[in-house]
Amino acid sequence: MTPLSSQATPLDAGWDIEQKQVLKALDRRQGIDKGFSWLALLAVIFSLFVLVVLLVDILIDGVPVLSWNFLTSFPSRRPEAAGIVSALVGTIWVMVLVALFTFPIGVGAGIFLEEFVPDSLIAKAVEINISNLAGVPSIIYGLLGLQVFVRILFPITQGRSVLSGALTLALLVLPIVIIATRESLRSIPGSLRQAGFALGATRWQVIRSHVFPLALPGILTGVILALSRAIGETAPLITIGALTYIPFLPELSLRGLQSPFTVLPIQIFNWVSRPQADFHALAAGAIIVLMVILLLMNATAIYLRNRFQK
Amino acid sequence: MTSQSVSPVATEAALRAKNVSVYYGSALAVRDVNLDIFKHEITAFIGPSGCGKSTLLRCFNRTNDLIPGARVEGKAMFHGTDLYAKDIDPVYVRRRIGMVFQKPNPFTKSIYENIAFAARINGYKGDMDELVENSLRRAALWDEVKDKLRQSGLSLSGGQQQRLCIARTIAIEPEVILMDEPCSALDPISTLQIEELMKELESRYTIVIVTHNMQQASRISDKTAFFNAEATESGNKVGYLVEYGDTEQIFNDPREQATQDYVSGRFG
Repeated sequence: MTPLSSQATPLDAGWDIEQKQVLKALDRRQGIDKGFSWLALLAVIFSLFVLVVLLVDILIDGVPVLSWNFLTSFPSRRPEAAGIVSALVGTIWVMVLVALFTFPIGVGAGIFLEEFVPDSLIAKAVEINISNLAGVPSIIYGLLGLQVFVRILFPITQGRSVLSGALTLALLVLPIVIIATRESLRSIPGSLRQAGFALGATRWQVIRSHVFPLALPGILTGVILALSRAIGETAPLITIGALTYIPFLPELSLRGLQSPFTVLPIQIFNWVSRPQADFHALAAGAIIVLMVILLLMNATAIYLRNRFQK
Repeated sequence: MTSQSVSPVATEAALRAKNVSVYYGSALAVRDVNLDIFKHEITAFIGPSGCGKSTLLRCFNRTNDLIPGARVEGKAMFHGTDLYAKDIDPVYVRRRIGMVFQKPNPFTKSIYENIAFAARINGYKGDMDELVENSLRRAALWDEVKDKLRQSGLSLSGGQQQRLCIARTIAIEPEVILMDEPCSALDPISTLQIEELMKELESRYTIVIVTHNMQQASRISDKTAFFNAEATESGNKVGYLVEYGDTEQIFNDPREQATQDYVSGRFG
């Protein structure tokens, strides 16, 4: 590089540096800059590589078993006749219920904590507790669900039922929804609330008309992320005793809520743990189905977010 | 200080501060303010940063309630009623005493909806289109926005947004409009438009404006209150009212040396 010439003598002797030296030092700084960007790229490549290997492996194993029969058959001892219909329907049942439970409760709690509770020691304690709950291992929630929903609330849930499973998973993801809701509300500028209050609006009117609509995309993203976590959970459902072999579908009624169930992750777990390779292929097929559902959910989240942002 | 400057004309005090002190947590922000704000006049609060003029302004429509830890002592009165009495709902106070903020803060809705919201929540029963038009006209904004009422309020320029905020405030016909440095985020032309607007609104509303701009205070206000701040031992700044009187007197013949120094630009 060519040094830019200059006649000015610096005021401070400390600035009396050869331009050539400056450029040499700059070369070194730019080198570090480049080095860091390569390192960052390496990190990206590594994580993507792992993911791609996993995906390719699963696709190679699983695609051959995917068929209409696979989606519509009950599990079986004979791999060629086995399917995932009960697990798929169970997953859909449970996820719909989890969404129904977590959205109103989680968002409501988030709004209350963020907008209505004055900053106090109790509020802070509640906040720390919720953050901690988000980090509690899921199996602990399983134990809680087993005791509370399966045993104590037996008359309502009828034990190891769809309802028990959904309630357990709802508990598991509630903290995530509450935290996402609060963060989303917090990102709405206070000046907007002031504007509403200054016109004689009540707190609820300000939230309902101005704050909540702006926070909704962020809240929805949080809810979908929470559901994505719930859909893959196996441990808490195994803990509450979800069955692995379900040769029937829950009824589409309130009684259906009380029927035993299984979900895709449990079915996958069950198949993977068998010695026969044919069942491993079935597991790979079920994983693909689970991933497609997950992708669909995330796509819905993005679609909703874009729609509401307009 | 108040009593010296009140002219014997039979004007009524719309707002009155009686020994008002405001605390944020345990820190005193403004101490012991006494002043009367008269109906259909423009009163300007001037003074250096941290002198508590905005804090005092917020007492008058209880927006301080929204700041965690804020506490008001003494009496802030509206036509003789203590605004902080137990049976007074702050929502009702704010409906009667409107406020325009430093940074224009239109709702992220259409221009029309910005005004309609204010009217609707307060139970307006008339023709909404007409109210929106009249409010925008009185805020000198109608001609600029009449063809784009359905566009977002945020699509307007800063000065237009501030006039929209004023339109929204006057749509619900409060008695008093508090303005917290309404022009500090605006260019000189928009500032002039807002000032002209305030002059027009004066006949219908009582206006209190906090401003850092002394020319603005001298141009538009009838009365001026000069606040100053002093540092306490703990390093906090506590604001207090130095002098209050007719704007002309404050600017041309101030009684206090601090006022003289401030209005002549020697500090602040």
